[in-house]
Amino acid sequence: MQPSPFARFIRGGAAGLALSVFVSACAPSPKSTTSQGLLAGDAASRVYVAPGSYDEFYSFLSGGFSGQVSVYGLPSGRLLKMIPVFSQFPENGYGYSEETKAMLNTTFGSVPWDDTHHTELSQTDGVPDGRWLFINANNTPRVARIDLRRFETTEILQVPNAAGGHASPFVTPDSKYLVSATRFSVPIPQADVPIESYRQNFKGTLTFITASEPGKMDIAFQIMMPGYDYDLGHAGKGPSDGWFFFTTYNSEQANTKLEVNASQADKDYIAAVNYRKAEQCIAAGKAKSFGGTYAHNYVDPVSQIARSEMKTGVKMLSPADCDGIVFYLPTPKSPHGVDIDPSGEYIVAGGKLATVIPVHSFTKMQKAIADKQFEKTIDGIPVLKYDAVIAGEVQKPGLGPLHTEFDGRGNAYTSMFISSEVVKWKIGTWEVLDRMPVYYSVGHLMIPGGDTRKPWGKYLVALNKITKDRYLPTGPEMARSAQLIDISGDKMKMLLDFPTAGEPHYAQAVPAALLQAGSLKFDKLAENQNPNVATSESGGGITRTGKRIDVKMIAIRSHFAPDNLEGIQLGDTVYFHVTNIEQDWNIGHGFAVFGATTSGIILPPGATRTLKWVPQSIGVYPFYCTDFCSALHQEMQGYARVSPAGSNVPLTANVSKAAKTQGGRLPGAP
Amino acid sequence: MMPRIARILTALASVTLLGLFIAPLWRINLTAPQYPEGLGMQISVSSIHGRSPNDLNNINGLNHYIGMKVITPEAIPELRIIPWIVAGLAASGLAVAVGGKRKLLSAWLVCFALVGAGGLLDFWKWEYDYGHNIDYAHAIIKIPGMSYQPPLMGVKQLLNFTAVSWPDVGGWLAGFAFALGAAAVTAAWWSRKPALAA
Repeated sequence: MQPSPFARFIRGGAAGLALSVFVSACAPSPKSTTSQGLLAGDAASRVYVAPGSYDEFYSFLSGGFSGQVSVYGLPSGRLLKMIPVFSQFPENGYGYSEETKAMLNTTFGSVPWDDTHHTELSQTDGVPDGRWLFINANNTPRVARIDLRRFETTEILQVPNAAGGHASPFVTPDSKYLVSATRFSVPIPQADVPIESYRQNFKGTLTFITASEPGKMDIAFQIMMPGYDYDLGHAGKGPSDGWFFFTTYNSEQANTKLEVNASQADKDYIAAVNYRKAEQCIAAGKAKSFGGTYAHNYVDPVSQIARSEMKTGVKMLSPADCDGIVFYLPTPKSPHGVDIDPSGEYIVAGGKLATVIPVHSFTKMQKAIADKQFEKTIDGIPVLKYDAVIAGEVQKPGLGPLHTEFDGRGNAYTSMFISSEVVKWKIGTWEVLDRMPVYYSVGHLMIPGGDTRKPWGKYLVALNKITKDRYLPTGPEMARSAQLIDISGDKMKMLLDFPTAGEPHYAQAVPAALLQAGSLKFDKLAENQNPNVATSESGGGITRTGKRIDVKMIAIRSHFAPDNLEGIQLGDTVYFHVTNIEQDWNIGHGFAVFGATTSGIILPPGATRTLKWVPQSIGVYPFYCTDFCSALHQEMQGYARVSPAGSNVPLTANVSKAAKTQGGRLPGAP
Repeated sequence: MMPRIARILTALASVTLLGLFIAPLWRINLTAPQYPEGLGMQISVSSIHGRSPNDLNNINGLNHYIGMKVITPEAIPELRIIPWIVAGLAASGLAVAVGGKRKLLSAWLVCFALVGAGGLLDFWKWEYDYGHNIDYAHAIIKIPGMSYQPPLMGVKQLLNFTAVSWPDVGGWLAGFAFALGAAAVTAAWWSRKPALAA
């Protein structure tokens, strides 16, 4: 049943369009129908991207509990790609194939899933540069690098001495560092202690990760912090370049029923970290060697095979040993987001239970530090006086402020979870300029470049947490909803709803031109250094090493070579190394074998992927191409014969007669 | 004897011909619904290559469906002879410009015309052979009566592909060189009249 027109009116906003239709049908009201009708038409044309045309922006949405990243075009809201990062992805074999499974290694073993929260584009001079996208894993703290020429995950670094990698992976304006901070304080190093001993034994860490060299991410240093929950972070820029800001909550240090016990204090803190000072302290030998083991996984740039290395030990700094690296800025009520305006002067906090949006001034902070305007000191961290650092408060902004982004024209936009709206306000005067209801309960919001020095302030995406009646119902579970809002004028205009994959927390976006031309079309076969590559029709074969069988195979329209395998015995483990030898844009193949207890694999042109198969019983098993590649795709198949252990069937890998005649006119044919 | 202007034009024509060693003579572009970016072949005096590095391989890969022969530039004897012919034409043109003999100039232009016509005929025959000499016994896609000869010049639909064939920069340069030669001949014969009157 449709909600009553009145109920929809209460929700306001875009639902007003439905009302206007209703009104125009029943009781013509020329004024409202004309304006609403024009608005609806305008919105449709603003998000319409004609067939064959391209979107203006690439946007990268975290997948939340899906563990992945999804790429949407804006303004259309069309899904362009899912990029697997922290979760196995049977769709293309990521995390299953021999070439990719090392990406998921951790000190806990292979972890096939995680919870991704924040996407972050690499920056040069405080502006997105289109080289990489970073994303965090919250549950088993890790950070990942996605290469934006390939739109593929190429590196994952585990963060030791941490739990809940939530304030992560935010970058410095030069992409020198990524940060990751602990949302859940724990004993560091881990220890078997009573949970009630939280105040004595639990600690948080702020981790700085070197990020500027692909394949070489590492822990630069960690800062041992009081056992609060470190929630979000953002780097300073311009005048505040060299500083990093993190929100904290649970300064009450509760260890049970946090929803009540961590909400008692009027103010928690923003931790302001002078990381240049931290570098100086390390150079002066003030960091301690500290334990901690962690995995570093990266795609070897030569072989394109994921490798893992286990590392031990980090440099740990204590604020008490390094004067002036951390200051606490009192900030009302369990702040969530901390966002720095494009000028780098203002530090905006989203006190999720606060009745105002507090904005700190970096200039005032510097002065307060110089004048030693300290309220108290916690574990060597001076707490600055609120009045000495606050620049202003946005009064009555709404309920439940979480995150703020900027349009580069002096305006800020804050998401209000509880009152379910986006509030536009003016930097400097702190006055509320406009409100846009969103459906329902917005978490993060995102303006392309809206957390950088140069926002592209045309659109805003509200990433909503609750969907309910926005789309056709799909049972108890439904997709999260994003909404696209036009922010180019004085008043915000609602343009589009689009469902999303998983639960997008944060997102990032850049103009399409920054990435479009550099997007790779295929890997060059001549540069394929996989040790099991086959580069021509006759380059395949089968070999036995004890109970291990290696099959090298090529895939080309429309056959595999070889395609008839015999001499495999029960008890063998078979590795199919399949190379797509196409050198043509978007000509993919796939590979799957009957009875394999793993995923299939998708083979982009020029790539080699390996599928492991342990036959369970004797027989003849078909394998086939799983990616509709060509007119004769259905013919693209082969057979693997499995004989009993000890059988005298010789080991052979043949090309069928049909494939031979097909291949007879191909370059490199046998 | 040739006037100064005819000598310059002949020399220019010869030098222009050297451009054929840099710029391809002809291009055949293939587009299809699923090849919006197109595949392309460029034919130069000594080779056939793809417009993009893998185009020739991809054209050969597609051609296996219809039983066409593999295009292997190394197996085409003309590509070893043509460079010498073009070089010879350029060298003899320069010699004519230096020597200044009007009759030799005319003979040179006739040779040029014959080389051009012969080249086009040979190219057409090559296209005919590839388009008609089909391995029907093993072709995957067999369409009775269908041949796949691309046009010498112009546009032709070959199954899902639209083949477009035109002279490339080198072809236009050759035409321009011939025009220069023709201008030289015209200038040479024009200048003869006052000589006769005297």
